[in-house]
Amino acid sequence: MADFLLTAAVLAASAGLGFAVIRRIPPMLHTPLMSMTNAVSGVVVLGALLLFAVRTDRLEQVAGGIALAAAAFNVVGGFAITHRMLSFFRKPSERAGEEHSECRTG
Amino acid sequence: MPHRLIELAIVGVLLLGIVLFRGPRPARLGNLLAAMALLCGVGLILARQSLSPAGLILVTAGLGAAAGWVLALRVTMIRIPAMVALQNGMGGMASFLVASVELTRCAVGASGPGVRGAALLGMVTGAVTLTGSLLAGGRLANMLSQRPVYLPRHNLILAGLATAALLLSGGAMAAGDPTSLRTLAAGVVLAAGGLGVALAMRVGGADMPVLISFLNAGTGLAAAFCGLAIGSWLLVACGAMVGVSGTILTQIMCRAMNRRLTGVLAGSGLTPAGPSEAPESATPSRPSETVPVQAEAAAPGTALPAEVADPYERAVGILRQARSVIIVPGYGMALAGAQEETVQLAEQLAGAGRSVVFAIHPVAGRMPGHMHVLLAEAEVDYGMIREMNDVNPLFAETDAVLVVGACDVVNPAAIQREGTPISGMPILRAHEARAVVVCNLDTRPGYSGVENPLYRQPQTVMLTGDARETLARLRAALA
Repeated sequence: MADFLLTAAVLAASAGLGFAVIRRIPPMLHTPLMSMTNAVSGVVVLGALLLFAVRTDRLEQVAGGIALAAAAFNVVGGFAITHRMLSFFRKPSERAGEEHSECRTG
Repeated sequence: MPHRLIELAIVGVLLLGIVLFRGPRPARLGNLLAAMALLCGVGLILARQSLSPAGLILVTAGLGAAAGWVLALRVTMIRIPAMVALQNGMGGMASFLVASVELTRCAVGASGPGVRGAALLGMVTGAVTLTGSLLAGGRLANMLSQRPVYLPRHNLILAGLATAALLLSGGAMAAGDPTSLRTLAAGVVLAAGGLGVALAMRVGGADMPVLISFLNAGTGLAAAFCGLAIGSWLLVACGAMVGVSGTILTQIMCRAMNRRLTGVLAGSGLTPAGPSEAPESATPSRPSETVPVQAEAAAPGTALPAEVADPYERAVGILRQARSVIIVPGYGMALAGAQEETVQLAEQLAGAGRSVVFAIHPVAGRMPGHMHVLLAEAEVDYGMIREMNDVNPLFAETDAVLVVGACDVVNPAAIQREGTPISGMPILRAHEARAVVVCNLDTRPGYSGVENPLYRQPQTVMLTGDARETLARLRAALA
């Protein structure tokens, strides 16, 4: 019971810290924020993995397998999309620098 | 308990990653840190537990990861909201599956009511967000109609499903043997899934930014409940932060529309009337529309100055003489595929020594911040982007405003009239500028169905038709 309460306390503390940090994020980054936090919500992949730490019956294996695939999709896809999205935000000086180096190597 | 300390350290890294989301460049590092944190979480489990069957684990996780990776590399920014909704739904599915298995294992071991309750909450929130996200994603991908769907006695159905989920959960809390527990659990998931559909079906295409933020918070909550059920601090912390993030974004979206969340979920009764109902193929130009522009450009009731007949000439004149320009992009711009033209026109205007900025309304697009990434994908200089509150005071002193595919966000009826669906909604004050050039598909109202007085102002020039073509013409004339 004590462990449960402690875990609940961690939940509350994380919510508080998260609030303090996230409210400062500029609107320009709201979409990457959403896709990144989306990926983080795939943290349940850890729960799916832990399902297989004990003996599983067939039904549990099916459920766990689907959960693993779905969560992996969520996590990997989310971080990859966010990374790609953020790479779109360039200033002209950065783009010009890239083109310059492309000329050199190309 | 070093294992707990490691979990806290990982949470710390994640938090640092989020803190770095203060600008696009640090955010890239922040994203990588967050990914690393989750990777460490996986490593922690692999180091402490032996998992089997290994083959099943590798194949399922590998397939999911590969699918996510491939889709992520190919999705265009206009499809991002649908993609995010899909991934969100997958997260919800994973959560309710994990919670279900943990719940059914409760009957075997002797775990307290806290664990069972948390598992049930995880199942309910997971299932609700799964079906809700799939429905939202279907709308966002234009696979489903944008129109909200109202069932007879919709609220009664909602209450019924919620009660069913509650009663079945209560039964599951008390159930003694595995079989009845599994049956009850299945019932809970079905009721919750139905609840998700019933909740999301009344939210039309216009309100998607709110719904998708809400569902984002929902999956975070589901993960947190799972964490409570299995006693994982990592799940609990991550889930809580995601839940908070989604909640903050939901609140911002609601405020930007001047609507309450309950109102949005209850359905606004708005049927999309404008181009937003058209599928993405709004791009193909219809030649008959671009020719009679002169006849269409004068919205009913406008008296055009006698000496200026051609709206294009007037628009070009306005832009050529303007020393300050504010560009207002809307979702219509993305539907027309006109982002690149818009960005290039902006650069063209700025290159000639004018001050040019983009004014972004918080709910422009289909998700928070959508317009920003659409423009970034088109290689905008993000230093030109301004948020609504910063740019609104500048409109009165601005020579020219260029509206591209936007309607409600510059609709003065929101602040001049009472009782309309958009009354009280903050808008971009384009109507205060000295001249306005509107490049919209037509003069029909936007999602709200409220007519836009901006169109009829004497200082406004309407250029209807395919925005990509309109802008190309303007660029050629201004070159």
